Amino acid sequence: MAEQFEPLVIGFTCNWCSYRAADSAGLGRMKYPPNIRLIRLMCSGRMDATFVLKAFANGADAVLISGCHPGDCHYVEQNYKAQSRFLLMRRMLAQMGIEPQRLQLLWASAAEGTIFDGASMAAASNMATKH
Amino acid sequence: MVSVGNHPNINLMAYSEVTKVDGYVGNFTVTVRKKASYVDTEKCTGCGVCQDKCPKKVIDQAYEAGLGYRKAIYKSFAQAVPKYPVLDRDNCTFFQKGTCKACEKFCEANAIDFKQEDKYITFQVGNIILATGFDPFDARRIPQYGYGRLANVFTSMEFERLSSAGGPTGGKIVLRDGVTVPQSVGIVHCVGSRDKHYNNYCSSICCMQSLKFAHLVKEKTGATVYNFYMDIRTVFKDYDEFYQRVLEEGTLFVRGRVAEVTDAARLPGEEGKLIIQAEDTLIGKQRRIPVDMVILSAGLEPRRDAKEVGKLFGISCSAAGWYIERHPKLDPVATMTDGVLIAGCVQGPKDIPASVAQGAAAAARVAGKIQQKEIAIEPIRASIDKDRCSACRICNNQCPFKAINYIEAKDGQRAYSEVNPALCQGCGTCVAACPSGAISGTVFSSQQILAQIDGLMFLNVSGNGHGARVEEKLEAVPA
Repeated sequence: MAEQFEPLVIGFTCNWCSYRAADSAGLGRMKYPPNIRLIRLMCSGRMDATFVLKAFANGADAVLISGCHPGDCHYVEQNYKAQSRFLLMRRMLAQMGIEPQRLQLLWASAAEGTIFDGASMAAASNMATKH
Repeated sequence: MVSVGNHPNINLMAYSEVTKVDGYVGNFTVTVRKKASYVDTEKCTGCGVCQDKCPKKVIDQAYEAGLGYRKAIYKSFAQAVPKYPVLDRDNCTFFQKGTCKACEKFCEANAIDFKQEDKYITFQVGNIILATGFDPFDARRIPQYGYGRLANVFTSMEFERLSSAGGPTGGKIVLRDGVTVPQSVGIVHCVGSRDKHYNNYCSSICCMQSLKFAHLVKEKTGATVYNFYMDIRTVFKDYDEFYQRVLEEGTLFVRGRVAEVTDAARLPGEEGKLIIQAEDTLIGKQRRIPVDMVILSAGLEPRRDAKEVGKLFGISCSAAGWYIERHPKLDPVATMTDGVLIAGCVQGPKDIPASVAQGAAAAARVAGKIQQKEIAIEPIRASIDKDRCSACRICNNQCPFKAINYIEAKDGQRAYSEVNPALCQGCGTCVAACPSGAISGTVFSSQQILAQIDGLMFLNVSGNGHGARVEEKLEAVPA
């Protein structure tokens, strides 16, 4: 019987919101899937296209970029810059033959630990890898 | 307030607004627009004759909450600091019709100056504390509570003026007609708070405010008082004792959110009254309670211009509109911008003791910084390798803190950009944006993050086979 496909997701999380949300998911004893691996950045604005490409080159099934909600950025407006880069990266990925939906952008706040709970993360990674 | 007004080291600028902030901690340049008040504060003695003689009466929407009058030249209230009045240009007879000048005629100090214009003042400061407060929730936004439509529905601010000895009724609690003393009063908690249609947060002060209202109504009129509450939140020192006292005074508490306040009588005994329709969740029944007066305990909201003001000072707002502190538990006074601190309701709804404590904490923080004569900054900063910088200036516009300066070419040295480490907050956006790879961020350098990606892909979580998959791939890559 074929092994069930479990996508490997690399998440780039903002220090102020989604990384803290992951923290609070842990504090709240929520379970999030072990195949989501988080890298902390100070801000989603730090997101470099190189990181995404490197993650895909190394075999990630999906890459998640996560930043503060619009208007909530701790660095005033850098999440908007992350968003414009995200759109650009998706177009770039399509040109390279990588399904653009494998790159996902997620707005989160530090209070939203629940976005890291198993069900919603699984849904997100399924959406990202369904093709 | 008077001691603040008289302090030699405090420059109080009322009727002014900050229009521009440049610089960084220890070195801010602030531009303030001092609005024309048409009163020369150098000459004015604050005697108040102008206010007495001014023939123009205006409904005071601010201090008197629309229940009383002020003149066209006025001080917001008797004990206001500074003591100088301001002239309200939109309502002044002279500015509207060209004649009057009663205030000028009677002013012994010749302090009235109709030719005064707005002044822009620039000065240097080292730290900034923002304490711009809140706006009360506008109860008109909940039409089913009838405020503005039903005369005897009052807001909390209106009730404060009614019960104040210096207020328009001299402290008598009466209905909108100005004479009738209410026999029964309904107080509605959580108006605009803890409600997903308006604001999700708890405004924190309204429970105590409503209990105070209940106590005042009981004490001054002996009326039957109903409190409609969701939960009573009396969490701080001596607060719950006050709640117990109000309970013992015989105030009635109905647990449930009010559905409607109406004047449409259906049952005997309801004619001429306001009927509060609510579910009493403790007995599981709908109730209609006729009362003479309804007080809406309106919540707190961020200032309407909080976003713009925040932008001016380089700090950000939460989704609700309160300024975001550096850390919600460990550093609720500072913000992400060094040298800009917050105190009071700008950070979130809070009561007077908490605001005083936060204000004192902010002041102490600033005083400490001044004493130290040096400041410690976070090590997470970006820096530009000036030899690799191509002077394209892409990073200049990416920085929200204006931390990157462009240095023009001169004396054979080519142009380059430079990070001011005092302003940089370390977000790393410029690092990602630099097309020459000339910018590096400490702690979050590209090499460090790429190494983390490598590391994570090798991580073998037992049973899912990822580690093996990566190794296979690596073997497939030619050396």
